[in-house]
Amino acid sequence: MSSQSTTSDAAPGTGADGAPGPQEAQAPAPAPAGRPRRGTASGAVRAGAKLLHVLLLPALLIGVYAYASANSDSYYTPTPDLIAAAFAELWFSERFFADVLPSLARLATGFALAALLGVGLGVLLGLSARVRALAEPVLEFLRAIPPPVLVPLMILLAGVNDSMKVLVIVSGCVWPILLNTVEGVRAVDPVLADTARCYGIHGTTRLRVLVLRLASPQIMAGLRQALALAIILMVISEMFASSSGLGFAIVQFQRTFAIPEMWAGMVLLGLVGFVLSALFELVEGRALGWYRGLRAANRGE
Amino acid sequence: MLKVTGLQKIYNGGANAVEAVRDLTFELGEGELVCLVGPSGCGKTTLLKCIAGLMPPTSGTVELAGQAVTAPPPDMAVVFQEYGRSLFAWMSVRDNVELPLKEKKVPKGRRAELVAESLEAVGLTRFADSYPWQLSGGMQQRVAIARAVAYEPQVLLMDEPFAAVDAQTRADLEDLIRQLWKRLGVTVLFVTHDIDEAVYLGERVLVLSSSPTVVQDDITVDLPVERDQLTTRRDERFTELRARVYAQIQQAKNGTGAAAPAAAH
Repeated sequence: MSSQSTTSDAAPGTGADGAPGPQEAQAPAPAPAGRPRRGTASGAVRAGAKLLHVLLLPALLIGVYAYASANSDSYYTPTPDLIAAAFAELWFSERFFADVLPSLARLATGFALAALLGVGLGVLLGLSARVRALAEPVLEFLRAIPPPVLVPLMILLAGVNDSMKVLVIVSGCVWPILLNTVEGVRAVDPVLADTARCYGIHGTTRLRVLVLRLASPQIMAGLRQALALAIILMVISEMFASSSGLGFAIVQFQRTFAIPEMWAGMVLLGLVGFVLSALFELVEGRALGWYRGLRAANRGE
Repeated sequence: MLKVTGLQKIYNGGANAVEAVRDLTFELGEGELVCLVGPSGCGKTTLLKCIAGLMPPTSGTVELAGQAVTAPPPDMAVVFQEYGRSLFAWMSVRDNVELPLKEKKVPKGRRAELVAESLEAVGLTRFADSYPWQLSGGMQQRVAIARAVAYEPQVLLMDEPFAAVDAQTRADLEDLIRQLWKRLGVTVLFVTHDIDEAVYLGERVLVLSSSPTVVQDDITVDLPVERDQLTTRRDERFTELRARVYAQIQQAKNGTGAAAPAAAH
């Protein structure tokens, strides 16, 4: 990272750096807050425009599908209004508690366990070259096993229950988190490491204030990949030997030719993924605000 | 206060072992401000890392107040050249300055005092809540200086701290260092490759030879304590001293002076 030269000309008010003059008082201006807030009226217009911008393509796609399905006599592609009706009927009923909540609970548990395990092991491996050398071949092998093939094994080991499904999620999600954490932890800047040593920052404080924070952008990247995987694995694990959950519900609808319901399940899964990703974005924005600012400063924005 | 004896550093590489520092011996009295200057690639950073306890020397010793330095000593603060990489980007300016004090178990009230004083001293009081990357390069280096000052070290090591800032900022920061040194009475070892800077800042200038490094010359800077960018740099004595250091460096580069003057030690 050749940052020191870039930072110096990137930051505003660099020119004359005497006692910070009035022009430098504006230095902290390019804070991460990127939303312009001027008049409320024009703000509302802008928000409306943004909403339109976001909804335009989905609306268009739904329109195209509506047209195509209306002109098709296939039983398997119901029109959007049928899907919407099925959606409302299905998910605003007790099925929400029977299928959606259990699925989300498994997803959350699996993801949380994978995060804990991945970050914990990742820190250990990242900090110790010896442990890394010892564990790497095994980890590479385990990583290469596609997680869905673990389902039959997990059924045997854990039985047909929630732990099986959680285990499947964990076994797939842990890898991107683990590998990204290892990389992030290994990449601790030597100057920063020296600085910490000089100022007596050791042990757990070093881990907490230096290593984990410095690795957090990469850890977050790993978590993001893992989240997408977790949703996939949640559905897959529920498709086998299961009596509840979204994956189970969708397969059941398909087998009983409840086609609009099957579509409604898919739509719900899409929405779940969308909402989770938005939530993740929110959390990431808070945790990595400094990182985004730093990068923007380095790019000279 | 700081005593370096027979310091040698060889970077191991089997047959390609590189002797970066050969035999360095010098001493810094309490409250002295000494500049170390040498041709580029003469092992200044290696030397500084050995003194800071960040790197074990191959042979020789470093002593701080009579204690052998084997790990970073608690009475020493270091300001690195790469300010952008030595500050914690996820912490505000205040937290950056305060963190080492927390580790040192300084009580909370005293901590707040030290942070406020040191930020005041470097003129960054108003930027305490900013993040380092929101500041200009010179201001970031001020944060690093404030952090070092708040730490209340006996010895302050500075490794080419102004090499990456622009000329005007640099002049301001030089004056800041002189001013802090006078006020705090701290012992300062200032490493630089800039001859003017060395003479302007130092009470003494140690000239290093090119690698493998020895001390080539030890020059006392007999300029008045009060220095000024304009008048001091125009001073005849300043010009003479600069010429002398310059000549020594040239000699060092050509490798002619490495043997003779170092024998004085």
